[in-house]
Amino acid sequence: MINLGLIDVVLLAFLVAITWAIIQLRDLFAAVMLTGIFSLISACLFMVMDAVDVAFTEAAVGAGISTVLMLRTLALTSGRSNPRFNRLELAPLLVVIAIGAALVYGTFDMPRYGDPQAPIHTYMAPRFIEQSGDEVGIPNIVTSVLGSYRSYDTFGETTVVFTAVIGVFLLLSDPRRGRRAGDALRDDIILRIGTKALVPFIMVFALYVQFHGDYGPGGGFQAGVIFAAAIVLYTLVFGLARAEKIFRRRRLELLVAGGVLLYGTVGVVSMALGGNFLDYSVLAHDPVHGQHLGILLIELGVGITVAAVMVSLFFLFVRRRQV
Amino acid sequence: MDPGLYNYWVVIVLMMSGLYVVIARSNLVKKLIGLNVFQVSVIMFYISMGKVDGGTAPILEDGFEIYSNPVPHVLMLTAIVVGVATLALALALVVRLYGAYGTIEEDEIAEMDDQDT
Repeated sequence: MINLGLIDVVLLAFLVAITWAIIQLRDLFAAVMLTGIFSLISACLFMVMDAVDVAFTEAAVGAGISTVLMLRTLALTSGRSNPRFNRLELAPLLVVIAIGAALVYGTFDMPRYGDPQAPIHTYMAPRFIEQSGDEVGIPNIVTSVLGSYRSYDTFGETTVVFTAVIGVFLLLSDPRRGRRAGDALRDDIILRIGTKALVPFIMVFALYVQFHGDYGPGGGFQAGVIFAAAIVLYTLVFGLARAEKIFRRRRLELLVAGGVLLYGTVGVVSMALGGNFLDYSVLAHDPVHGQHLGILLIELGVGITVAAVMVSLFFLFVRRRQV
Repeated sequence: MDPGLYNYWVVIVLMMSGLYVVIARSNLVKKLIGLNVFQVSVIMFYISMGKVDGGTAPILEDGFEIYSNPVPHVLMLTAIVVGVATLALALALVVRLYGAYGTIEEDEIAEMDDQDT
């Protein structure tokens, strides 16, 4: 009998209910908040399905940063969707039902949920699970694969994040100077004191996630987003002007590029020492030590870039004045 | 009804709901929310495939023999971060479109374009 927990069924049902509410809602603010809840419940589901690192990322990104960015977009545009365009559309409905039916038909050939004999579990994965302990020497297999076996891939992803922030910078940076947008909530004493107490702990936690990612769930991507969340919280409560005193635009730009540069430099150094690009084994006398060092450095590069990118994105959206 | 496929079917329902929002709704922020739902569903599809019965999170520890598949986890966790970066780019485009047209309804933008020509 299949091992399908009750929690799995209930959470998935929640997700469907939320999605259908999003389709119906005309109030965009409510729709955005529901999207945040959708992400948080998804994170719980990832947790149930053993994907702890993914759950971590989804909770920080989906329920945190992307909700804030969407809310800011609403503040800069208009908060309601035109009811004229909100009715049930027959043609799209038929299209999605047809595609959905075809996909469901396709699942009949798929291995059943949790089947250990499924093809996906017989190729590559067993090697990572059995060998990574000896070859890379760190317990978290996800970090081994992310940082070492598939480090080209991760380099590519970091570059995409870097490129996206350049795009947003070109679209949103406004050369005209004017009244700073984004009023702070400074007069609320509970928020102010609560934030002051929380921010240092969030930052220390981000550093823990960054450097403990080899042993437990975590790593550069999650740490970067959590670190950015601390700064976003500070900015929301104390205003952009104060946050920008510490995180100046110029410094942030240097950090955005610096993280990617650090990642690439590790690759070039390993080439210079006689290995392949991003082959960390040559970085130290002992190959396993080299792997440790390489993963630590590239995760740091990822963490710096992701944190700086998320803060830059937030600042760019906040700095933008209402038209 | 085969309970072994329940996860995949719910994910397909979610995916298609997201796609419906993208096609049928004219509001650009709503479309992006739909796209976000679609993205999370695809991620959930991969993670569901990576689950192994009786397995645990793929972190090596004495006393555990069966681990869930780490490969989909790696692919999906980077996809989430790339997803928020591209979402921000799309939202920036929405902000600029609002600056140029004064609306974020796609149909109204199309009408204005038609009048211009």
